[in-house]
Amino acid sequence: MATEAHGEETGGLEFHPLDQFIVKPLFGEAGDPVAWYTITNVTLWMALAVIAIVALFVFGSRGRALVPTRTQSIGEILYGFTYKMVEDVAGKDAVKFFPYIMTLFMFILFANYLGLLPMSFATTSHIAVTAVLALGVFLTVTIVGFVKNGAGFLGLFWVSSAPLALRPILAIIELISYFVRPVSHSIRLGGNIMAGHAVMKVFAGFAAVAAISPFAVLSITAIYGLEMLVAGVQAYVFAILTCVYLKDALHPSH
Amino acid sequence: MATETENAADAAHGAAEAGGAGMPQLDFSTFGNQIFWLVVTLVVIHFVLSKIALPRIAGVLSERQGTITSDLAAAEELKQKAVDAEEAYKKALADARAEAQKIVADAKADIQADLDAAQAKADAEIAAKTAESEKAIAEIRDGAIESTKEVAKDTAKEIVAAMGFSADARSVTSAVNARMKG
Amino acid sequence: MEGDIAQLGQFIGAGLAGIGSGAAAIGVGHVAGNFLAGALRNPSAAGGQTATLFIGIAFAEALGIFSFLIALLLMFAV
Repeated sequence: MATEAHGEETGGLEFHPLDQFIVKPLFGEAGDPVAWYTITNVTLWMALAVIAIVALFVFGSRGRALVPTRTQSIGEILYGFTYKMVEDVAGKDAVKFFPYIMTLFMFILFANYLGLLPMSFATTSHIAVTAVLALGVFLTVTIVGFVKNGAGFLGLFWVSSAPLALRPILAIIELISYFVRPVSHSIRLGGNIMAGHAVMKVFAGFAAVAAISPFAVLSITAIYGLEMLVAGVQAYVFAILTCVYLKDALHPSH
Repeated sequence: MATETENAADAAHGAAEAGGAGMPQLDFSTFGNQIFWLVVTLVVIHFVLSKIALPRIAGVLSERQGTITSDLAAAEELKQKAVDAEEAYKKALADARAEAQKIVADAKADIQADLDAAQAKADAEIAAKTAESEKAIAEIRDGAIESTKEVAKDTAKEIVAAMGFSADARSVTSAVNARMKG
Repeated sequence: MEGDIAQLGQFIGAGLAGIGSGAAAIGVGHVAGNFLAGALRNPSAAGGQTATLFIGIAFAEALGIFSFLIALLLMFAV
């Protein structure tokens, strides 16, 4: 649909920085409707992320070698890194959520890096995807908080160290910030990835002009390097914020 | 969609009505698809990680930790053994030295005893010889005194006879004896 | 380009929203700079605070991303 919308703009620079995010069916015509079961490019790149994760963690550690191979070593480093993060940030009793956080972290990490491949599709740049991830975290944290602490979980919003007169106001602010969490959590990830890819596309559009194309190519290279960093950091930030929220749920006292 | 071709403004308007064709992220018609596949993906990853990968890696890591710990323990044991061996060596050395000293002391004591015995024997012999000699000397002296008495008596008798007196043998003898005692 | 006044408003608004990115850059710079200043003062404690640094940067950057999102919405979705 979007390609049709851009169809009549002709001449001069053409910027379609958001065309890369279009969800389209892998098989069949470009304009076919996308039903919930349709196999689309989203399916393809998520499947590739799954395959990469399986290759790294299952086939990489197949040998169970005491002296690890290179692939197994990478898997062990990621495991140790995430485990230490969960233990340090969320506390020792949060270790049973470690597979959940590991799943989120690995999916986002691999989706981000696979999305950086040229001609690929960045699944984590879509609000729908990141919103589901963030809402999942939000619901998990809220349910865990109420199951673990009962009504005591509401103490999270009642800042007992503040003066009594201020507490209702602070409670409202805390409540708002609590419900803004999934919004910022999802838009931070999706927005970062989308912004990086869109900027690269904009510079790619500049590369069509011969006079500034060397500058544009150099810029794309630099931004690509930055995006490599951002892809890792955003996955890390998503995981560590999940840990922070989980710590709030397990130990709600301020 | 039919209005899209008319002009740009209408196209933008129509796209917005169709669910944000301008921004694929806001194209709600694809949300169901993305969410479905995302949930499938997450379930698969979670299953693979929690059932296969994470226990395996945890096992490998703890096994490695165990191996390292037992290796360290073995090294500690070997070190202890080396220390023990050194102590045993030192003890053997000290024992040998003490033994040697004891042997030397024994030998010295034996020699001393032999020496003492020889000395004692020699002393005894000397003492016996001395006693014998003294006895001999005493005999000789006694003999000498008797002879002197005889001589003195005889001389006294002769002198008394020479002076013209007949000497009473008894009185001469007692006189000589008295003299000799004094 | 000849468009209507609404399109003019969209583009101006998108440009104004872009200022937010610069503000977020200032915020991220503050976070990172202060972390570096503190880390140079007490390097032994810096290693344990890297997670806090990233959380701070993420919070500062999220707001810049919001302004970028507003710009995109004005450009493409309104």
